[in-house]
Amino acid sequence: MNINTAIDKPIFQQIREGIEDSILQGHYKEGEQIPSITELALRYQINPATALKGINILVENNIVYKKRGIGMFVCEGAINRLLDSRRNEFFDKYITSLVNEAKRLGLTNDDIKKMIERGFSDEH
Amino acid sequence: MSIEIKNLCKSYEKIKTLDNINLTIESNKIYGLFGRNGAGKTTLLNIIDNRVFPDSGTVLIDGKNARKNSKALSKIYMMSESNLFPKDIKIKTLFKRINDFYSEFDIDKANLLLNEFHITENKKIRGLSTGQITALKLITGLCINRPYLVFDEPVNGLDANYREKFYKLLLEKYIESPCTIIVSTHLIDEIANIVEDVIIIDNGKVTIQKSKDDFLLQGFSISGKSHIVDEFAKKYEIISSEEFGTIKTIYVLGTIPANLPNEVEVSQLNLQKLFIKLTNKKED
Repeated sequence: MNINTAIDKPIFQQIREGIEDSILQGHYKEGEQIPSITELALRYQINPATALKGINILVENNIVYKKRGIGMFVCEGAINRLLDSRRNEFFDKYITSLVNEAKRLGLTNDDIKKMIERGFSDEH
Repeated sequence: MSIEIKNLCKSYEKIKTLDNINLTIESNKIYGLFGRNGAGKTTLLNIIDNRVFPDSGTVLIDGKNARKNSKALSKIYMMSESNLFPKDIKIKTLFKRINDFYSEFDIDKANLLLNEFHITENKKIRGLSTGQITALKLITGLCINRPYLVFDEPVNGLDANYREKFYKLLLEKYIESPCTIIVSTHLIDEIANIVEDVIIIDNGKVTIQKSKDDFLLQGFSISGKSHIVDEFAKKYEIISSEEFGTIKTIYVLGTIPANLPNEVEVSQLNLQKLFIKLTNKKED
């Protein structure tokens, strides 16, 4: 998980997305503990309130839950919820910008489709 | 638990250095106090620490007037730019004196931190470099466990490695034993991630007191073809603008709107950029 202070994205969003990515990549499995606010603050040299703000979004979205006095853990079903929301965001996040750039470059719908097919076949 | 500053005014030779300052410093937060040279930051901090008397107005520390109540004042420790250490004593003697004077001084931690900054306790103050004097003052501040810690220009003369070390130590101290910390600095980028709230002083007036995140949402930049950007700009208060060929970038106050034309690029400003844009002197 990386925090990049050079980009304009707020740090609490980066914390949130970083933990989400780590869950999706299997670093923290459902039921497992994630780093504490203190650990996040010290590791990334950020104000604990910033780390808390990122984590609170995850709590609100039922991705992690707090056990009083023990720490924070990944919820059961968190992976499916994350996959759902990421799939919902996929169009806005990737397709819109892809189509905009394609238009700028004069690439057609068919060109893009072929590239997508190539992308999928290269993977295997 | 808070520091309440009410209607504070201070003039030097009929020039208003502080012009009716009202501020609340809440407990257990890290504040960044920012302002351009001569904005009044040091005067404000000196008044809070009772080193300078205001012309009018009050400073209440946890409800008590600091000018009349030494117990209230003993809740604050301020590290200032000026060097008040005697020159002819060794560091270990200095630490003993500080230890005698401040009951809250953690001398063991101070000795440990001395090692971290690679300074030996047998050196005399006179023989220290500018950066080492700064380090010594920082160590003192980090080891006096009072509820309110003030650092005025804490990193003068410190190299990048030691500056990073200081920010790390400050954060560790805050996490281990929460206290209120006010840091006044011009190196905004370096401290941006550590501060929770932002106070900006401009020409003796407080212009911003907000959480850092809320403050950052106040401004953004938009760039694209001049005519499109100009059309867009009508709805907003422009802080500044620059042109590069046919591309124009404007910096505006307000939140980023949801529906933007595709032809423009929008970005949030970071803390230092937003500060610079807000406090640049308007050239007529």
